[in-house]
Amino acid sequence: MKPASFDFLCPETLEETLAALAEGGSEARVIAGGQSLVPMLNMRLARPALLVDIMRLAPLRQIETSGDEIVVGAGVRQAELEAWPNLSRDLPLLAAAFPWLGHVQTRARGTVCGSVAHADPSAELPLSLVTLGGTVGLRSRKQKRKVAADDFFIGMMATDLAEGEMIEAVHFPKARPGTGYAFREIGRRHGDFAIVACAAVADDSGLRLGIAGVDDRPRVFPLPGLDDDQFNDAINDIAWSLNARDDIHASARYRRELVRNLGCETLKEASRCRA
Amino acid sequence: MPRMNAAQRHVVDFTLNGRNVRAQAENRMLLSDLLRHEIGLTGTHVGCEHGVCGACTVQIDGKPARACLTLAQQVRGSDVRTVEALSPDPAELSPLQAAFRRHYGLQCGFCTPGILMSLDALLREQPDAGMEDIREHLSGHLCRCTGYATIVEAALSAAEEQRKEEIPNA
Repeated sequence: MKPASFDFLCPETLEETLAALAEGGSEARVIAGGQSLVPMLNMRLARPALLVDIMRLAPLRQIETSGDEIVVGAGVRQAELEAWPNLSRDLPLLAAAFPWLGHVQTRARGTVCGSVAHADPSAELPLSLVTLGGTVGLRSRKQKRKVAADDFFIGMMATDLAEGEMIEAVHFPKARPGTGYAFREIGRRHGDFAIVACAAVADDSGLRLGIAGVDDRPRVFPLPGLDDDQFNDAINDIAWSLNARDDIHASARYRRELVRNLGCETLKEASRCRA
Repeated sequence: MPRMNAAQRHVVDFTLNGRNVRAQAENRMLLSDLLRHEIGLTGTHVGCEHGVCGACTVQIDGKPARACLTLAQQVRGSDVRTVEALSPDPAELSPLQAAFRRHYGLQCGFCTPGILMSLDALLREQPDAGMEDIREHLSGHLCRCTGYATIVEAALSAAEEQRKEEIPNA
């Protein structure tokens, strides 16, 4: 339960960071808060040759409003976003998700982008980002690109991040008036990974349901209106379309049942919240 | 700052319990091991070593954090507080520690240092913390002896005592 050895670099500039990542290739990893990566290091599930600590890069430590987006830099800790004064106005879905997200003790250190990079299929932040239709801003020495969150998560702890690339920021669409948001989760305790977590958005164009903890990545689905005759069939189809598995925490059948019930509750709450 | 070689030990300067400390650590060394093995402060306990049990919780820049999920190199320049700092005198208990004793908030004591550091931070930041805040902070800790009820009682009692001290006429 101790990490294998690695070189450590604590760059002062983004250029230096990107150069080190380019040189290190697949052997280099970014470390920010370390709340997902250090457990992987301790269990030796990750054995990078080089860790690049990005927490001294001041430009990455900012939360900015840019047009209709909230841009959260790679060095922003979860507790900092949780305490951001505009959170409940601009990102009400996240305000509802935060109590479920790790513990006070891990949110104090862990970053928002770190959770996105880790891509645990039951994690709350990737689910919220996918459900809101957010994007991930990636940067390497050679290029800068933005990827839709739904395309960024490609499987169990697997993302579209290329060698030599890092997440520079994640972009959350700002809440729009007349839109309802809701978040619900079933887990053993607050802070444990979700058995099933649901996030919902209700607006003029209809309903959107995001689901984590069932498939190998967070998934999002459009749905007809709640009073629609086909609603129950639609949510049942979603439950069956997900690749649910049995594990020590819950059976696949129970997970599908949670998708139907919790999904329905979350969508109802989002619809009620449309103001 | 140059790349720090994996095979060598490197200087870590930080503040520990109010004093400036210069320690030496390999890159792979965890803060929990630095505190216990290099500095000799064994009050910080190590349970699961992957962030689940909370026994190793210390305060980094005033916030409770897992020492086992923090590399020693990550606290360079930070202010770290451990359970040893709670009482100024080794022969005395801090008010929070005394409340734990009064309410039987521990049996084997393995989880206690971590819980004390989380609750100490909570009571400093939110002097009006109630049952819900206390339980929220405790959810990051595992205790296999007490069933948590006596810990919550101890924390509520310490919070009340602290409020009385702050407003003598209340």
